[in-house]
Amino acid sequence: MSTAAAPGAAAAAIVRLPAPPLPWRRPLPLALGLAAGAVVLVLLALNLGALAAVGWRADPGSAVFRAADWAALRFTLLQAALSALISVVLAIPVARALARRRFPGRGALIVLMGAPFILPTLVAVVGVLAVFGRAGIANQALASFGIPPVSIYGLQGVLVAHVFFNLPLATRLILQGWGRIPAEHLRLAASLGFDRRAMWRHVEGPMLRQVVPGALAVIFLICLTSFAVALTLGGGPRATTLELAIYQAFRFEFDLGRAALLALVQAAVGIAALLMLARLALPVGALSGLDRAAPPAPGALLRGLDGAAIVLAAAFLLVPLALVVWRGAPHLLSLPGPVWTAVLQSLRVVALSVTLLALFTLALALATLWTRRGAWVFEPVGLSALVASPMVIGTGLFILTFPHADPARLALPVTALVNAAMALPFALRAVLPALRQAEADYARLSAALGLSTAAHLRLVLWPRLRRPFGFGLGLGAALSMGDLGVIVLFAQTGGETLPMQLHRLMGAYRTADAAGAALLLLILALGAFVLIERLVGGKEPRHAGT
Amino acid sequence: MLELDGLRIEQGDFRLAADLTVAEGARVAIMGPSGGGKSTLLGAISGFVELTAGSIRWQGKPLDPLPPAKRPLSILFQDHNLLPHLSAFENVALGLDPNLRLSAEQRRRVEAALDRVGLQGLGARRPAELSGGQISRTGLARVLLRARPLILLDEPFSALGPALKTDMLDLVEAITAEQEATLLMVTHDPADARRICPEVVVVAEGRAAPPAPTADLLDNPPPALAAYLG
Repeated sequence: MSTAAAPGAAAAAIVRLPAPPLPWRRPLPLALGLAAGAVVLVLLALNLGALAAVGWRADPGSAVFRAADWAALRFTLLQAALSALISVVLAIPVARALARRRFPGRGALIVLMGAPFILPTLVAVVGVLAVFGRAGIANQALASFGIPPVSIYGLQGVLVAHVFFNLPLATRLILQGWGRIPAEHLRLAASLGFDRRAMWRHVEGPMLRQVVPGALAVIFLICLTSFAVALTLGGGPRATTLELAIYQAFRFEFDLGRAALLALVQAAVGIAALLMLARLALPVGALSGLDRAAPPAPGALLRGLDGAAIVLAAAFLLVPLALVVWRGAPHLLSLPGPVWTAVLQSLRVVALSVTLLALFTLALALATLWTRRGAWVFEPVGLSALVASPMVIGTGLFILTFPHADPARLALPVTALVNAAMALPFALRAVLPALRQAEADYARLSAALGLSTAAHLRLVLWPRLRRPFGFGLGLGAALSMGDLGVIVLFAQTGGETLPMQLHRLMGAYRTADAAGAALLLLILALGAFVLIERLVGGKEPRHAGT
Repeated sequence: MLELDGLRIEQGDFRLAADLTVAEGARVAIMGPSGGGKSTLLGAISGFVELTAGSIRWQGKPLDPLPPAKRPLSILFQDHNLLPHLSAFENVALGLDPNLRLSAEQRRRVEAALDRVGLQGLGARRPAELSGGQISRTGLARVLLRARPLILLDEPFSALGPALKTDMLDLVEAITAEQEATLLMVTHDPADARRICPEVVVVAEGRAAPPAPTADLLDNPPPALAAYLG
């Protein structure tokens, strides 16, 4: 149901999913309403509380915005813009090749394009280093020609890692654009004898003009809050992001006022970007129309170019991952004790985070459907979840709790809570459409037969929700397992999670242990995803509907 | 007696008014152009559509304050009458206990209802393993089991072929007669009305007309109905 443009409607449009009209709305049980209200309050408190604390503590008088801080602001914007641009420009030929070619492994490659979502950042960094690092295969190849090694550290390294993560995302978004070109347009183009220029001008160009701005904006926004990549591949005066600068103000200077000031700038940049983004039509999540007949294949030259795009993209994604496995495997079983302690801590964080995520998702999804204004309150709050970046929230929470509570004791709950909030938009995006469909189809039947809310949940909703719910929770588990974020502000020695421990090993140049720990992290993140998805979602589709 | 008294429904640009009574035990077809409000009328009676004004009474008692399940009626929708992950038996059993905790006696009654509609031995099947006709029969078995005095059908058989639909209509007629129930049935097909409904309510141009004898009405249709029937 679309209403006339109201103030803020554009902003709301990016955080609401399309909703078919409901034939009947079940009244929201009081307990569930209270739970959903509590979730909204927690999320608002997390964002606004952190911002307020940061604003209160940021004292521009004593903590002057130094030259280094301006550099961090400039670098943050520059690397985010370049990452978005490079990812999207490279993704266009890859997406076009995937759209118009049929070859064995095409489906697997498209699935692989979704994998970076559950891939821990540090694992990708270790993979990128294995290819482009000082001892990486690229420099070894150069050395065999007598060319001195090229350093990966700095802007180039940050960009390579960001493109590694976002090229697949951009490809999926643009591929979707190709999937949405109506088959009739392609047939029309063929029957009118469009050449490549005409095809570009009338069919592909207009589609890309719709899709590309959204893809650029999404990737720009993701890279604005880059922390782990900048921490490992950037650093120094010329390659520090704001998130990293916040951490350094904390860790090395313990200057809370300065950290707060930086956090305030980061928050302002993030919110400004979000407002600009609200003016763009954002791409939607699902891939469709990929399996229909491919458009007529152009000539041999283009076939060669398409093939090259696909092979290069696949190699760019697969070689680093293969090297993580290859180099890590020999050291997997000889990992030192602290790594296994960190595994235990990570598992605790994941368990708590997935539990919170399950509660948040269910409460917000049901409250969205079962209240008159739910789609305007619970859904946007859940889908935007974290407006402030993890480091901003971490800084704010630290300021609020520091004198009173031991940061080490808060490390686990704070990390789990922030991780749950980070995954909430993805889980809601998975669950809400299925829930809406189930209610559109069966809410009246259930009411006509007098099913109680408990019976309705058990008999009607659960069988239809468990698969998307399992997917969302699996995503949350992998995200939490691989996250290197707020934990670094709170945890002390002994309380590290596995990503944090991996970062220590990398920093200490314990290459063998780091390789083993990276493979272990990869296995645990993928394992957490698969296990939770299977456990909650069931093994296979259990019913095809009537 | 079902009374629609000064009934008004307004949803955006949509308007529907009804002032009519249906006698107990009557079988009434509801006909009219698409979008005219036939389903909305059934939705109002069954409690899914809010009234803007007026009231609905059954045997003198107002239905409006009751939630759908408490109203003295069973309804079959055009689609989605069965839950896809439950067996036919369980789908019928929902009519006795929405939590599916059945006594031995209740289980016998479910089996009897399945037998009555011609689904002997098919209780264990899921809807995906049933034919269109068998799905309709399962829905009717539940209507039979609930034994409510008012039966509302919102075109549940529209996807069936002519022969199957005739079978279903005959089954509906038999069940209605056995239970002395009152039937309101939305249909697009004048033959359906002629077959089992002695009366027709025409819903067109924002108004539901009082029931009129089927044969007279279809032989000499008023302008709105004539335009629709073509």
